[in-house]
Amino acid sequence: MHELAEALAEVLGAGTVSELQRLSGGASRETFRFRADGRSLVLQRQRGGYSRDIAHEAQVVQAAGAAGVPVAELVAWSAQPSAIGSAYMVLTAVEGETIARKILRDQQFATARQVLPAQLGAALARLHAIDPATVSFLAAADQLAEYRSVLDQTGRAHPAFELAFRWLAAHVPASHPAVLVHGDFRLGNVIVGEHGLNAVIDWELAHLGDPMEDLGWLCVKAWRFGSALPVAGVGQYQQLFDAYEAAGGVPVDPQAVRWWEVFGTLKWGIICITQGLAHTSGQARSHELAAIGRRVCENEHDLFLALEGSW
Amino acid sequence: MNEGPHDRPTAAELVESVREWLERDVLAGTAGSLQFHTRVAINVLAMVEREMLLGAEQASAHAARLAHLGCTDDEQLARRVREGELDDRLADVRAAVWADVRDKLLVANPKYLDAPASAGPGGA
Repeated sequence: MHELAEALAEVLGAGTVSELQRLSGGASRETFRFRADGRSLVLQRQRGGYSRDIAHEAQVVQAAGAAGVPVAELVAWSAQPSAIGSAYMVLTAVEGETIARKILRDQQFATARQVLPAQLGAALARLHAIDPATVSFLAAADQLAEYRSVLDQTGRAHPAFELAFRWLAAHVPASHPAVLVHGDFRLGNVIVGEHGLNAVIDWELAHLGDPMEDLGWLCVKAWRFGSALPVAGVGQYQQLFDAYEAAGGVPVDPQAVRWWEVFGTLKWGIICITQGLAHTSGQARSHELAAIGRRVCENEHDLFLALEGSW
Repeated sequence: MNEGPHDRPTAAELVESVREWLERDVLAGTAGSLQFHTRVAINVLAMVEREMLLGAEQASAHAARLAHLGCTDDEQLARRVREGELDDRLADVRAAVWADVRDKLLVANPKYLDAPASAGPGGA
């Protein structure tokens, strides 16, 4: 830790780096919080592996901030291997809450919940307005094909998902020109204060794709965390769509959003399979991951609810 | 469940005893991440208890549903749906699969069956 603090002080030109503590991290990616000359900062670093991820993410955060999306300010980043890691970025620490259940239930966020649907819609509109040429290093992926392949790789049979894949393949909406999409835009990946949205975080899944993907994912039932309100558990569809269009987003086709919401439900179900597999395969032994493996059927049930009457 | 040579408590009763201990004595002394993971453990044990109670009956119902569709297991059913071989009886397939999904939820998370639903965008 001492060496890391020294390396940070050097790249930031800071006199003192203090209170360095590790917040989270897996084998290849770690997050730290620290103070540099009194300023509260966050470090994300990559060790070994694929250093381009963080370099891409840093440039995406920068582009999003420049377009008026609330983000943590990018203070420093590098994809050159150093004492800090194979790549890293340093961002300002934004105050607020990320835990969805607290945002949805605690009294202190009552005002925030009122304004969040419109703020989330406006943030997405600004993000999607970014010229894709500025982030041309990002890949465009066929999400349906990608998750078809992820499910196949699990080797697990889920007839409910096969029914959903067939419905999705038969109802693909007309696509918009590809834009920069966040890729995991939902409560949990936004920092919320008492007055609403403070920052959009966790940009590692950003890619080029259909703008409706972000709107649909925001409405997936899992991200309502038990609330009856469809948009992130805080709002109605129309509030989101109105705010998105008012902030310059393309006209919203509710049926396209619905397609992406159904796809998102399938996608989260497939991710639940992979989380359970991470435990059973021995890659990361954890009863929490094991339990997520048994949440697959929640998504199967949601798919039936969503598609009842329209198969 | 109790055809073997084992004495009481049954396996389900043993699991129940550990879950009750976690709820009664452990949970209150934990906070933060440890409390969260204790709750997850309690939920997992409750799930195992429900599967021990309902599993045999659900297995028979599952086998009967598959047989009705002319399939021997979920792998075969999934493959036949994917390849369109059951397109002439998709309503039957959906009814059977949804019944299986409800059975899975009765074990994994019965409360989920009562969770609020909303009409989709555009009133779908």
